[in-house]
Amino acid sequence: MIDWITKKKYPGFWQNYTAPLKTAAKETIDNIRFVAFDTETTGLNTAKDRILSIGAVSIIGNTIDVSSIFEIYLNQAEFNAETVKIHGILKNGNQEKMTEEAGILLFADYIKDAVLVAHHVDFDIAIINKALGRIHLPKLKNRRLDTGALYKKTLPSNTDRHYGLDELCEAFNIMKHDRHTSLGDAYLAGVLFMKIVSILKKTNNKLTIDDLCFRKGRFRELFFTENKGWL
Amino acid sequence: MKNTIAQRIYDFLKNYPPFDMLERDFLYSIAENVQVLYYEKDGEIFRKGEPVGDSFYIVKDGAVGIYNENRVKLIDECGEGDIFGLCALLRKDVYRLYAITIEESIVYGISSVLLEKITMASAEANKFILTSFASNRYEPSIIDTNENLFIDNENSLDEAKSAHYSTNPVTCSTETSIKEAALIMLRKNVGSIVITENMKPLGIVTDKDLRTKVATGRFGIAENIQKIMSSPVITYTEKITVAEAQINLIKHNISHLCLTKDGTPNSRLSGIISEHDIVVIHGNNPSVLIKEVKRAKTPEALKFVRLKAQSMLSGYLEQNLPIAFTAKIISEITDSITKRAIELSLEEMDSPPPVAFSWLALGSMGRREQLLLTDQDNALVFENVPKNDYDRTKAYFLNLSGKVTEKLNEVGFEYCPAEMMASNPKWCLSVGEWKDQFNNWITNPTNEKVMLCTIFFDYNMVFGNKALVVEMTDSIYRSIASHQIFLNFLGLNAIKTPPPLSFFRNFLVEAGGEHKNQFDIKARAIMPLVDAARLLILSHSQKDCNNTIFRYERLYELEPQNRDLYESCINAFKTLLRFKTLQGIRNADSGRYVDLNALSKADRLRLKTSFRPIKDIQELVLVRFGLSQMM
Repeated sequence: MIDWITKKKYPGFWQNYTAPLKTAAKETIDNIRFVAFDTETTGLNTAKDRILSIGAVSIIGNTIDVSSIFEIYLNQAEFNAETVKIHGILKNGNQEKMTEEAGILLFADYIKDAVLVAHHVDFDIAIINKALGRIHLPKLKNRRLDTGALYKKTLPSNTDRHYGLDELCEAFNIMKHDRHTSLGDAYLAGVLFMKIVSILKKTNNKLTIDDLCFRKGRFRELFFTENKGWL
Repeated sequence: MKNTIAQRIYDFLKNYPPFDMLERDFLYSIAENVQVLYYEKDGEIFRKGEPVGDSFYIVKDGAVGIYNENRVKLIDECGEGDIFGLCALLRKDVYRLYAITIEESIVYGISSVLLEKITMASAEANKFILTSFASNRYEPSIIDTNENLFIDNENSLDEAKSAHYSTNPVTCSTETSIKEAALIMLRKNVGSIVITENMKPLGIVTDKDLRTKVATGRFGIAENIQKIMSSPVITYTEKITVAEAQINLIKHNISHLCLTKDGTPNSRLSGIISEHDIVVIHGNNPSVLIKEVKRAKTPEALKFVRLKAQSMLSGYLEQNLPIAFTAKIISEITDSITKRAIELSLEEMDSPPPVAFSWLALGSMGRREQLLLTDQDNALVFENVPKNDYDRTKAYFLNLSGKVTEKLNEVGFEYCPAEMMASNPKWCLSVGEWKDQFNNWITNPTNEKVMLCTIFFDYNMVFGNKALVVEMTDSIYRSIASHQIFLNFLGLNAIKTPPPLSFFRNFLVEAGGEHKNQFDIKARAIMPLVDAARLLILSHSQKDCNNTIFRYERLYELEPQNRDLYESCINAFKTLLRFKTLQGIRNADSGRYVDLNALSKADRLRLKTSFRPIKDIQELVLVRFGLSQMM
């Protein structure tokens, strides 16, 4: 089913991905496509660990269309038995799997110019960028939003506290089904995103992407490094 | 490969109608295509005047209010699993109401394409959608008449649906001329006018009277209206239900019924209800079925009507119409079928009946609580005859009864295995013999005789001479009055089946036999309520009161201090009867034995709740009749 992704077509395909990357920063967010996603990985070290699966849902306005969800499982060369406890994906589990290359390219084709949303988005982007690097492609260019950081925008005062997905789901009364499957977590992040946006909209009816993106200086406040994971 | 989100949506949808009627894989394919929508509190999902979108909605989390055209009045509140916006989607123009979230909500949007697939995939789901939503469910006028038609709530069964009628009937005085009256009717655009005196209804004139009595030249238009009015009028109290209205219109063969303050023609006129009003209320009109019965010439034709009644019954239950109302309608149809079977049998006889007789329905049919096709239980009483004529007379009626029971059997009311039928010489007796027999049962109450009383005392005259039945009834009450101890035996019988919950609040199930581990809802839950009602009503010497619900209603009038208990008995009885009937329809049997493992949690709970009053009423019987010493 993925015959059309061959090495030869990479450049053309990659152009398809990069071409529409021009989200209007000043536009209100109602018609912008967001993709909430999550990766399950062999570990938290982006240099060493690999992606086991990617799940994603696309959001426009207040709607997640279930018919357009994204869920893939990747074949593993690298495998870390420890993390199986968390996400339950075995090295040769029973899900239909594909190569990392094919999966990453499918993902790129799925997200197109969408604004990416994830909980701890930097980690997920970093590990995908590493995978892109392995097949000699540049990093993702999409705008990105972190649900943890977005949540802090709803709070009255700044805080350096770190908020986990479980904690936020509880705070927002979201049923935590399928936690630790990539699609399940992507869905939770998506619902969380919609809830946070609706709170932010109360104070700003014409919310734009710029309003949602955190200031550059705060990027590092999350204490994340690409090679060593969370500090 | 199944995706986890679709799986979750599938897990949710499968609990709610109409999705629970769909095949597993098909429902999964629907789940894969729903839209998940998030709304904040007070979020507007659709508004009046807005073109109808491409979806209907089901509430996943939260609550959605449906508001009327001014966005002021809350018409319906949709909680988890409730569907809204379906009517609009079927209608396809603009929304007529508002849907606004009452709490923060997640709703699933299901597109019209999927809806079409659903309706094509399952006839059952299609029917559910049509009956539940294709009507103007949210039209304010319907809500105002307090019709709990489509609200899935046990409480809505408490009230028989009250009829919607004109509260402002067109009237004229006794001085009015025919011409003046006709002009009033024309001006008000109505088909009938009530002639009143001091606000009391004296007579009624309808279009038909003008057609048959005036246009034909029999009366001149200048003559007084009283010349052509039908008088006295048939009246009923304001609190009429649709079923009662229907039954009265049919019984009296009239098209209009006057409603007065106290139900008699001697009080103030407060409304008028016409056959047309009822047809409007009910698309599916049982009076049409009864007319068909009256025209039927063969048992096959009667069977056909009965089958139609059966499908009407399923529809009523699905729509959650009050069970008491449903029972009344079905009983009326069953009675008219029996009546027709007797008429047809009489035509087959060589001679008319030698003396007056009455045909009695017994047991649940006599109590008018029979909704499903069951065995027939009936008896016949004929006038006393001289000794010389007795054998010939009895032979005539046994012959007649044989023909009637055979026809009923063909219709689907199977022969009673215990032979409790009028065709049995034991139950085809003269009124004198019946009186002696009843007196014998009452004065020598063995177990077997008490058991017979519980069947034979719940009789209802279906056909024939009322005086004979009145005589029988009077004799029963006289015998009981002089042998009060009989009531104690009847009391013992009423409490012999313990309440269906054992000490550990688990269900008691049948210990052995064919129905091992099944719950006998009839014997263990329904009959204790029926038996207690019969006993108490007999102890109050109340006549013409054979229906269990009616008996408890009469009881709480007689004993206001026990009103709560009797009301809870009514509610429990309605729940159980409804449950048994649904069960019977589902399994194509009597619905008597319930497989507990097949019950949903909600149904178990509902059953258990309705068992409570059984225990309470049995305690009342035990104390009141001093039964603890007798046990």
